[in-house]
Amino acid sequence: MAEVNLTIKKLREKFLNSILEVTTFRGEVTVTVTKGEVFEICKFLHSDSDLQYRLLTDLCGLDFFPQTPRFGVVYLLYSMKSNQRLRVKTRVGETESIPSVESIWKVANWYEREAYDLFGITFDNHPDLRRIMLWDGYEGHPLRKDFPVEGPDFDKPFVPEV
Amino acid sequence: MAETRLMTINMGPQHPATHGVLRVVLELDGEVIVRSTPHLGHLHRGMEKLAESKTYHQAIPLTDRLDYTNAMGNNFAYVLAVEKLLGIQVPKRAQYIRVMMAELQRIAAHLIWLGTHALDIGAMTPLLYTFREREDILRIFEEVAGGRLTPTYLRIGGVSKDFPEGIREKIKAFVQAFPGHIKEYETLLTKNIIWLKRTKGVGIISKEDAISFGVTGPTLRGFGVKYDVRKAFPYSSYEEFDFEIPIGSVGDVYDRYIVRLREMEWSNSIVEQALERLPKGPIIAIDPRITLPPKDDVLTDIASLIRQFKIVSEGFQPPKGEVYASVEASKGELGFYLVSDGSNHPFRFRIRTPSFANLSALSKMIEGGLIADVISVIGSIDIVLGEVDR
Repeated sequence: MAEVNLTIKKLREKFLNSILEVTTFRGEVTVTVTKGEVFEICKFLHSDSDLQYRLLTDLCGLDFFPQTPRFGVVYLLYSMKSNQRLRVKTRVGETESIPSVESIWKVANWYEREAYDLFGITFDNHPDLRRIMLWDGYEGHPLRKDFPVEGPDFDKPFVPEV
Repeated sequence: MAETRLMTINMGPQHPATHGVLRVVLELDGEVIVRSTPHLGHLHRGMEKLAESKTYHQAIPLTDRLDYTNAMGNNFAYVLAVEKLLGIQVPKRAQYIRVMMAELQRIAAHLIWLGTHALDIGAMTPLLYTFREREDILRIFEEVAGGRLTPTYLRIGGVSKDFPEGIREKIKAFVQAFPGHIKEYETLLTKNIIWLKRTKGVGIISKEDAISFGVTGPTLRGFGVKYDVRKAFPYSSYEEFDFEIPIGSVGDVYDRYIVRLREMEWSNSIVEQALERLPKGPIIAIDPRITLPPKDDVLTDIASLIRQFKIVSEGFQPPKGEVYASVEASKGELGFYLVSDGSNHPFRFRIRTPSFANLSALSKMIEGGLIADVISVIGSIDIVLGEVDR
């Protein structure tokens, strides 16, 4: 826990106005930050010599429909130096976009493509923002809460026209 | 002077060496790969979406079908996440049984990998050997859980049934014979000159790049990085077992092969230790809100019948919150990120699969290399498209 406290302390020193909330549930620490600073915070967590969150374990989207801002983006970081996980969360609106962290962790390239594909969250400065699971030309984003589980139109063939 | 231009070829999705339905578009300058673009999604089944409409118990069989060579390990990660969300304790015997099953499954998964990887490169014999031992493990699973490929054996709070009569002797016979079988595989491959030429120095990237690409599991340990979830965040009593994390040095295909072989030996040793020290006691946590009552009670007692009906039809309501729990699956770190809004089904069911992140490093590993090496690199990352596409 001491190491996580160090992370929180350092974040508070540097980004006081961007840290909205720090919560702990079942021993997992979640830091909620503002969307504007998320890139700088990630860069800091990655490169600070005491923290070194070098492994982006996971990046995924969340849909809080019908709340606003609608979407959430969750970064799960792991530091091999201190053997500690940290979850960074931020919210992003339906018409907004969020900076890509691809230049910090390369694996974010595919994770962000996935969030773009399944939620429709747009990432700025992403080198190759295309659908990853579904085919080009597919309409809709399946993991959104207003997307029905059985598909938008059950009677229509669920394959692209060739 | 003849004009030279790049040639684009399409590998997959129906290609025996892509281990499923992976399609890679390769741009070639002669035999050298200039650029490669993997295309995923051929096996996308919308599992994350599907699980959001199910109760927590109903999602267990879905997880079997992620990495279908490692079903026990997938169950394991999911039930750990739900147990963390609920804050319940699992009995010691169930923890040990889970560890044994997960380690046997790891051996079985690595055996499939070894057989098919060697087959891709051109050695057919190892496949016949490894599937022989894998069959022994699947027979054990069949007796313990009732299923072979997708046993759905683990339950939230424990396991579905206790060990049957006589299974301990069978597991013991397997763990005693298995080190000898590893020697057989090594005789075929480890110093085989063709094997060495096809695997040494192939698919190397820097250690920093590998971490940046989110690579985990034996592939990462091949680079010499000692990261294993079993040691970093011990779960299910792993801290009570004596085992080491084998690591490689440069991270080529050969290193990954050696790491996986050593890992099978340690897994075998963990199974042996767990079998010797297997505690007595219940196999599932007794929590009337969450776990099903014993079948005898359901048939004789009306209160238990009602309880069973309510759990099956409604499920249970965990507290609001979000958890991430992960295990060291055969391919790497498999994690489940569950967000609960207090209802009986997950608000968000996110699966962090190792193959997805590991595969993202593929382009970096093969670009600048020869087209023949693509096969050995894909084999060495050990992907299963069921968990890449979900």
